[in-house]
Amino acid sequence: MPHDHDHAPIEADGPQGYYQHLAAATRSLLIEKGVFSAGDMRAMIEKIDERSPAVGARIVARAWTDAAFKERLLAQGKKTMKEEMDIDPVVADIVVVENTADVHNMVVCTLCSCYPVFILGRPPDWYKSYAYRSRTVRDPRGVLREFGTEIDPGREVRVHDSTADMRYLVLPMQPEGTEGWPEEMLAEIVTRDTMVGVAEVQAAV
Amino acid sequence: MSAPHVPPRFGPGDAVTVSSRFPTGRRHLRTPFYIRGKTGEVERVCGAYRNPEELAFGTYDGARIPLYRVRFDQAHVWDDYAGSPADTIDIEIYETWLEPAGSPAHGGDDSDAA
Repeated sequence: MPHDHDHAPIEADGPQGYYQHLAAATRSLLIEKGVFSAGDMRAMIEKIDERSPAVGARIVARAWTDAAFKERLLAQGKKTMKEEMDIDPVVADIVVVENTADVHNMVVCTLCSCYPVFILGRPPDWYKSYAYRSRTVRDPRGVLREFGTEIDPGREVRVHDSTADMRYLVLPMQPEGTEGWPEEMLAEIVTRDTMVGVAEVQAAV
Repeated sequence: MSAPHVPPRFGPGDAVTVSSRFPTGRRHLRTPFYIRGKTGEVERVCGAYRNPEELAFGTYDGARIPLYRVRFDQAHVWDDYAGSPADTIDIEIYETWLEPAGSPAHGGDDSDAA
């Protein structure tokens, strides 16, 4: 394979900082003390990276097409996704919050960046930014507008600050015109941002 | 060895006020500053969990304490809230930070004698 373009060599981004040293030292100690092995750690990272918003989208599509499932899911998030879909969110519980004609839900973690990684994959950078975390609780409609999401003033905006042991999944509204679509097709129109609550699901282009 | 579960003191619909205390020093607090002193309504009891204020400093066998989701009116939380008067915010708060609404101002167990 010819390497036919010029660029700076790809290598480490300069000297390690304080937290990189701290993380490396902690990891070495935990492995040395036998708390877990290097292989365990690699496998966990691999497991997290295998998860993506597609997992959450399957849950949403199922809820849209199965009323009994939806009712259970809203009452007991984790238990229902485990028992009925074999999806383990690997957290204490998932609170599923439903968007309706009267309420729009959005999720933030003001204290850090709590996020349901096992059903949505790793969080986007903006979710972890100070701007999103500080402004969402104070001016949710302004933040939504910047995401291109305008919520009617007559519809309540409900913010969920994920401060402790729960993790959140927004159940977006099913767009008009998609009634009767098969579950797999519905799952394809459900995006990450709609499950964090910064956007609404659009029917296919 | 199972740590004791503290039975929940509040139930859904109860009006509660978040303690207005500001402990300093080496702490790990999961109650955001902006909600301290505000009054809301219990949305649900989430179960009992170990206290993060202990967990963060290596106490893994403390009692499991009730965790709630409490709903607040945004117009009450922010004096200058610009959204709709119907807007709300739900926050997870451990029982050690909650008082029945209307009870005398809480100066508090650990509001820093230290």
